[in-house]
Amino acid sequence: MRLNVNGTAREVDAPGDMPLLWVIRDVLGLTGTKFGCGMAQCGACTVHLDGQAVRSCVLPVSAVAGRMVTTIEGLSPDGSHPVQKAWVEADVVQCGYCQPGQIMSAAALIAHNPSPSDDDIDLALAGNICRCGTYQRVREAVRKAAAQRRAER
Amino acid sequence: MTALTRRQLLQRSLLSGAGLFVAFHVPRKARAVPEPAGKQVPHPNAFVRVAPDDTVTVLLAHSEMGQGVWTGLAMLIAEELDCDWSKIHVEHAPAAPVYAHPAFGMQMTGGSTSTWSEFDRYRTAGAMARAMLVDAAAARWKTDPKKLRTESGYVVHGKQRLSYGQLALAAQAQQPPKKVTLKDRKRWKLLGKPTRRLDSPEKVTGKAQFGMDVRFPGLRTALVARSPVFGGKVKSFDAAEAKSVAGVEQVVQIPTGLAVVARDFWSAKRGRDALQIHVDWDLGPGATLDSAALLQDYRDKAKSKGPGIAAQKGDAEAALATAAKRVVAEYDVPYLAHAPMEPLNCAVKLEGGRCEIWTGTQFQTMDQMSAAKIAGVPQENVVIHTQFLGGGFGRRATPSSDFVSEAVHVAKAAGVPVKTVWTREDDIQGGYYRPLFLHRIEVGLDGKGAPVAWKHTIVGQSILAGTPFEQFMVKNGVDATSVEGVTDSPYVEEVPARLITVHSPRTPVPVLWWRSVGNTHTAFAMESIVDELAYAAGRDPLEFRAALLAHKPRHLRALKTAADKAGWAKAPPAGRARGLAVHESFGSIIAQVAEVSVDDDKRIQVHKVTCAVDCGTAINPLGIEAQVQGAVAFGLSAVLHSELTLKDGRVEQSNFHDYRVLRLPDMPEVQVQVLESDAKMGGIGEPATAPISAAVANAVYALTKQRLRSLPLRLAVA
Repeated sequence: MRLNVNGTAREVDAPGDMPLLWVIRDVLGLTGTKFGCGMAQCGACTVHLDGQAVRSCVLPVSAVAGRMVTTIEGLSPDGSHPVQKAWVEADVVQCGYCQPGQIMSAAALIAHNPSPSDDDIDLALAGNICRCGTYQRVREAVRKAAAQRRAER
Repeated sequence: MTALTRRQLLQRSLLSGAGLFVAFHVPRKARAVPEPAGKQVPHPNAFVRVAPDDTVTVLLAHSEMGQGVWTGLAMLIAEELDCDWSKIHVEHAPAAPVYAHPAFGMQMTGGSTSTWSEFDRYRTAGAMARAMLVDAAAARWKTDPKKLRTESGYVVHGKQRLSYGQLALAAQAQQPPKKVTLKDRKRWKLLGKPTRRLDSPEKVTGKAQFGMDVRFPGLRTALVARSPVFGGKVKSFDAAEAKSVAGVEQVVQIPTGLAVVARDFWSAKRGRDALQIHVDWDLGPGATLDSAALLQDYRDKAKSKGPGIAAQKGDAEAALATAAKRVVAEYDVPYLAHAPMEPLNCAVKLEGGRCEIWTGTQFQTMDQMSAAKIAGVPQENVVIHTQFLGGGFGRRATPSSDFVSEAVHVAKAAGVPVKTVWTREDDIQGGYYRPLFLHRIEVGLDGKGAPVAWKHTIVGQSILAGTPFEQFMVKNGVDATSVEGVTDSPYVEEVPARLITVHSPRTPVPVLWWRSVGNTHTAFAMESIVDELAYAAGRDPLEFRAALLAHKPRHLRALKTAADKAGWAKAPPAGRARGLAVHESFGSIIAQVAEVSVDDDKRIQVHKVTCAVDCGTAINPLGIEAQVQGAVAFGLSAVLHSELTLKDGRVEQSNFHDYRVLRLPDMPEVQVQVLESDAKMGGIGEPATAPISAAVANAVYALTKQRLRSLPLRLAVA
């Protein structure tokens, strides 16, 4: 099966029902995308599929053949994406485990909506659970990142 | 971490050899906390090393699980070492006796103790390293070390400068100083300043390695089929179908069930799904467990005093009988799972008489002991590579080392290196919960509304019974973690007649500490009953508390600050009400004011939480704010959503759809006021979780006049 992951064509040998998450983690060895629930409840596994945020833990790999997958490793080569920079600046992370998923959800939001309202932010990130409770700084970082993105344009 | 990955650093430091390490002894006398008896010999300690390229590596004796020790402990070293903060790298230390917790004598992270317990040890380490670098420079320049000063990673003598990296090798040859003088806090440059986390860059790029992310050639993945009922055992099984799943290599029996060992997670998962219908379990007595019946049983028990006498003074019964007014209330809290975002996992490799473990753990020494026993190797041959913890909250600190022990059993039975992974369902249903607790409180008030009698009966499983900690922390049938927050309550200590007793029933449900431990329920009960007493006495909840806390200046200051910042004296916005709570735990005092409303579906909305925090000396105010915000969020999950129930011995919840936790839209604005004080430094990871339940319940009462005494809080739908 042929996948496009982070801009590179990859040939993977995996059963068609294997969720994209486990192809990314166990077959391709990209461990930045996390397993948290296995049923699209927590968002730790969020990646972009053709630019849209999706939960890779419930997406059979057969459904994504030939489409563009972006993981946290592909968001930027060096942590320079505005969302990642805003995250560091707002000192968001705690344990860090859910953060790649939070960041991927946030990045998809501001890519499609450069001026998200507080309600837009709440809605776009409602599917990403953080047990450390970093939510308040997540909101702040998303606002910062959106402002940064607008300034760059 | 900027240019180098952790692995590159590790490789480089291994390759560079011992010559680059600034290793030294920390004399016993330099430590703030007395050594446990029997540990009189000073140990060689290595908490910091300086490399020729000027990088400074800090070795963490504690585990980073989100609480920020990665940054906070590095700040302690950097302050005294006077190094360049941008050159700091941090690593988890290996499991070794030298890294034993200064207060507990074993390597562990918990009890909100890391910063205060390491305050002197890490600063001393930094000061010693600095002295050795200065001595090395003095030797090079043939001058008196007293004539030299340091400046952000350099030793300076007039116009001459040598970087710490240039001096690293020579410093290694210097004798560690016998005594160092730590800086007066007036001279602190870094401590006390809001400082961003050092682990952010690797955590926002997905490079940070958690236990779940451990990979190496030959490592298999296992999922374990465990009994659907606590205490059940495998009676018989047929593994044929599981073994026919592509990728499944073995099915092995271990004490906790059956492990399906496969080439990857998905194969192991499919193999376990296929196995589960072919296992016959001997469920045992746990199969009749019902949490609703258990709560009823606790209610009955609470009507008579418990066998464990936690506190007794005067004649509480007589004083109750003659009191002007009596208030009686029962409060209960359910079982709760910790549900850290990273499901439990542990990779184990048994080879050549060694047991190598890769996991995120809070309990290295206990894990080493358990693994050694199972693997049949000496404890020093158990090598633990501590990874970042994807949340701990207490779940990764089990006295039985449950998830590590099980993983060692799996690797041993399979004969290959295996990473045992838990699914979310395994985590929610796997036990080690915050125990179900019930408090029955009877208070007698005098004619002026002051408490004159306090009878308090607590019912709930002992966390420590049956563990190695029982001998230290269970006295006369009273588990200290069952009564903390009640027996030491400033409200109770002034009451002339009091009786606090405990029932500690045993059940097959494994229980454990959960962020803020006993305070999760005692703060709810205490701050709720005090609110009820205020209303019974016809007094304002703030003024009533302030009167009872007149002898506690730190409590009073926190309470008044939180109330002021929240605008207690002014009416809240229409449709909202405020409630307050103040509680001391882990050596810190937190006052909170919650502002709530109730929507058309009778759902409680928490809009704002104003916190005042007195944790003594504040090392990193930015980290303190994060911990308080996070602890409030963690507590709010339990206040608004989470509840774990059992029926016919089975846990009724399984994943985040039915074991609900706080999500971003529910997050209130949490304002944090850090109050500096001269008091002994307290902890900050846990304390803010404790009072939030009562603060919200009290606000709901103020708004609706419905007194909710069970968590999670649920308003009756008309």
